[in-house]
Amino acid sequence: MIDVLYFAWVRERIGLPRERVESSAATVAALVDELRAREERYAAAFADTASLRVALDQELADFDAPLSGVREVAFFPPMTGG
Amino acid sequence: MRVAVQSAPFDPGAEVSDFSAQAAGAGAVVTFFGIVRPDDGLTGMEIEHYPGMTERAILAIVGEAVTRWSLVDALVIHRFGPLKPGEAIMMVATAAPHRGDAFAAAEFLMDYLKSRAPFWKKETRAGGEAWVGAKDEDEAALRRW
Repeated sequence: MIDVLYFAWVRERIGLPRERVESSAATVAALVDELRAREERYAAAFADTASLRVALDQELADFDAPLSGVREVAFFPPMTGG
Repeated sequence: MRVAVQSAPFDPGAEVSDFSAQAAGAGAVVTFFGIVRPDDGLTGMEIEHYPGMTERAILAIVGEAVTRWSLVDALVIHRFGPLKPGEAIMMVATAAPHRGDAFAAAEFLMDYLKSRAPFWKKETRAGGEAWVGAKDEDEAALRRW
């Protein structure tokens, strides 16, 4: 099981801030494919991964990064702090 | 080094006084604070963040600044939650033996906080709410470092 977190408009499109996901996906991209296939709201949120960022266990990562040993995956738009 | 991620308002003047009083041996203190701009009828702003990662990311950015410049101390305060126009959103302060390092480190901290710390701004106007999009120039600003 992986904790999957969503922030900002990704959270709004999917309709929840976090969930536990049963997945055997080897990479972030494979997890995104699984999520997209679930329901339209996921497909809408993950329509364009170029406009998304991902963090694995609270460190920024790439979509081709492996998920082995990862406990927490977060998806969000580019950050706008400062 | 101090990093504070908080919903409570802060007093930039008081923070600067405390910071400079504690920065023993510094010959230069540079401070910056950002304010919610009342642009285009903005009535409010909501800042979302990623608790846990936010503090880690900012500490990593501060740690990088410490390796690059000779700093006596550094401070980052960043708010989250609802804010009104005119309120201070965030501040950075750097203390160094000489001003060059203090200025450079403060700019570095600002550039990285903008696009590498997990905060997202949502603006409210009469017409509704909208997430602020990241700007290309914010990403470009990182390349100079």
